[in-house]
Amino acid sequence: MQQKSLTIALAGNPNSGKTTLFNNITGTRQKVGNWPGVTVEKKEGIIHKHGYNLKIIDLPGTYSLTPFSIEEIVARNFILEECPDVVIDIIDSSNLERSLYLATQLRELDCCKVLFALNMADLARSRGIQIDADKLSELLDVPVVFTIGNKNQGIDILLKKAIELGESNAVVPQSRRVKYSQDIEHSIAQLQNFIEEKKNNIFLYNTRWAAIKLLEDDKIIKERILQKVGNSGHEILQQAQLQRKYLIDRFNDDPEIVMTDERYGFIVGIIKEVMTTSTRQRVDISRNIDLILTNRFLGFPIFIFFIWAMFQMTFSLGAYPMQWIDSGINLFSASLDGLLPNSLLKNLLLDGIVAGVGSVIIFLPNILILFFCIAIFEDTGYMARAAFLMDKIMHLIGLHGKSFIPMLMGFGCNVPAIMATRTLESEKDRILTILITPFMSCSAKLPIYIILAGTFFSAKAGTVIFAIYFIGILTAILSGRLFRSTLLKGVDAPFVMELPPYRVPMIKSLLIHMWDRSKMFLKKMGGVILIGSIIIWTLSAFPRNITYSTDYESQIKKVKANYLTEFTTGNENTKDSIEKKRDAAISKILMAQKAEKIEKSYMGKIGKAFEPLFSPIGIDWRGSVALLSGFVAKEIVVSTLGILYATEAEVESDALKKALLASNMTSSAALSMMVFVILYLPCLATVSTIRRETGSLKWTLFSMGYSTLIAWGVAFLIYQGCRMMGLG
Amino acid sequence: MLLSEMKEGQKGRIVQVGGTGALRRRILEMGIVKDAEIYVEKYAPLRDPMELIVKGYHVSLRVEEAACITIDDIR
Repeated sequence: MQQKSLTIALAGNPNSGKTTLFNNITGTRQKVGNWPGVTVEKKEGIIHKHGYNLKIIDLPGTYSLTPFSIEEIVARNFILEECPDVVIDIIDSSNLERSLYLATQLRELDCCKVLFALNMADLARSRGIQIDADKLSELLDVPVVFTIGNKNQGIDILLKKAIELGESNAVVPQSRRVKYSQDIEHSIAQLQNFIEEKKNNIFLYNTRWAAIKLLEDDKIIKERILQKVGNSGHEILQQAQLQRKYLIDRFNDDPEIVMTDERYGFIVGIIKEVMTTSTRQRVDISRNIDLILTNRFLGFPIFIFFIWAMFQMTFSLGAYPMQWIDSGINLFSASLDGLLPNSLLKNLLLDGIVAGVGSVIIFLPNILILFFCIAIFEDTGYMARAAFLMDKIMHLIGLHGKSFIPMLMGFGCNVPAIMATRTLESEKDRILTILITPFMSCSAKLPIYIILAGTFFSAKAGTVIFAIYFIGILTAILSGRLFRSTLLKGVDAPFVMELPPYRVPMIKSLLIHMWDRSKMFLKKMGGVILIGSIIIWTLSAFPRNITYSTDYESQIKKVKANYLTEFTTGNENTKDSIEKKRDAAISKILMAQKAEKIEKSYMGKIGKAFEPLFSPIGIDWRGSVALLSGFVAKEIVVSTLGILYATEAEVESDALKKALLASNMTSSAALSMMVFVILYLPCLATVSTIRRETGSLKWTLFSMGYSTLIAWGVAFLIYQGCRMMGLG
Repeated sequence: MLLSEMKEGQKGRIVQVGGTGALRRRILEMGIVKDAEIYVEKYAPLRDPMELIVKGYHVSLRVEEAACITIDDIR
């Protein structure tokens, strides 16, 4: 039997519990992708219920369908052009009045079947809010279902109703819509008639709705009409202009403003009929929490504590699984070593792929924990408070408090961070945030600091790493100010941001959240980092025929011969220690050979070619090679250093530490290298994200060039400054 | 008086929402409309932005934006 299918779109305000509901409906069978052409996340899932294939699409959370932000444009276009069978509007029952704004706009579209889900019904009840669903259903002529998303209640009924609605051939009712004041209704009617006359049967939209949008001067609809209707489209727009002018004269204000006012007036009328609030004052827990968390004196200390705790969790707690993974990789590497015959392929596998990817996968625990913490911040509602606290400071850089969120995420990984700039409404804010987010040191850079600071500043490593992060933040602030007053002048976006009530996060959605983002990291590993590791290995393994400065083979033979004579003459007791000494001497020679081999490889040659550029900031050819390889992915820097310093086990940081200490690297050079790392051009994955999010090659190249120049300048100042102060 | 001049814990009724263009419409769409009751919950630790309660939910607004909104004080 062929199953019937229906498309159901979920619409709703941010914080209405839409995502929780979506997660509960689709479970883990969801696909996360992008909406075509734009970079807003698109989530969809297919489920089988009641004999139907249901395709559920999670529209971006919006407060209205006025096309200001990308999210709103995406949501509206989907409904208008893809015509889903049913749109479920998820309404936060404890916040009915504002939620109804989107709801009335959805109703006004008049092009699809709408179903209301009064979500968080329990929360509303606990606040003493009573909603008469039957009345609401009758007033707006829409089926209404109560749901409690986080307790999985009402979802079955919701889906059943949606199927029922999708299958009914009921024409979308025309009667119960927003009624505007007489003058506006008059203009709507006139314009609607005019459109009916001129549309030539090819009109795209419901004519009343189109008339309303034209009176609101909706640019997207105007363009679409011109495209589709051709010449008479111009006449329609002219007529709309006339009506707009009339209304502006009449109300002394823009029609879109008057209509927004009137829509709310209409909503107030509905609220009066369907909602009763018991007057008894209740303890508002969320408000009490906020008394502390955004308190004038406690707000910032608590905020800083949370951030500190997040980084502590990430790095101290993450250290244990890191050790397990480390030993796992060593074991794997050792067993492969034993299994495979010596060949070039084995070298590629062990020294290139296993060593390269291994040194990256080890950070998976850190990344999982970090994203888990960020998910907690988002799902509890604390992220909005962070933006509230930080807005004044962000505003000084010329940014929105919301920009703080992507910048904070930049400490995890720049790729999702830059994607998170989509929440910003103004294009300029978005570009500015994208330009300065890479200065937030991502977690992939951390191992570099851990190795360098741990080696050269052992006791003060924590302080040094903190200072490095601080330099990054300071650079971001100063660059932000610079760009805002030069390249990206303009009015700031309004800071109209909802502070949603605090919620206990659901473990399921935290895990989905965490997994979505960690998947990006894993994908990066499978693709970019694997390729990067192979390239780096190839560059360092070729050319194969190198003429060495000394004959290492004969040196080894000589050592063996020397010890052999000692061995035969010595007594039984010293044999062991002699053997050990011999092995140490041999491995020293082998190490020197390996180092020379890399020095003479393509990699070494590239590094040496760049050396003149890097030597003023105290970085030798090995450092330059490592930094160049960091363009592929920052995680590779450490593994490249490992290969270049010819330590035996690349993934084992202790060996690299010893090798670094034995090299001629100084502590000021280490400092300079760390500063360079935090500021210089972001990794390939980030660059491609910047390209995608700004949609401009110019900004991408600018970002790469600017960050590298700044990095060099600051590293130069620090290196030369340290040397002048005699810090070695 | 202006919304930006209100103190913590003060309540008012919106008389007029000024400002221009997209910003003004965005403010209106969030329910900060004429005749709505508005309560100043608090100012952020750095005195900007401010947290308001309107139509039963909490929303934040910068002081400079609040300066576009005229209020009738309700005691």
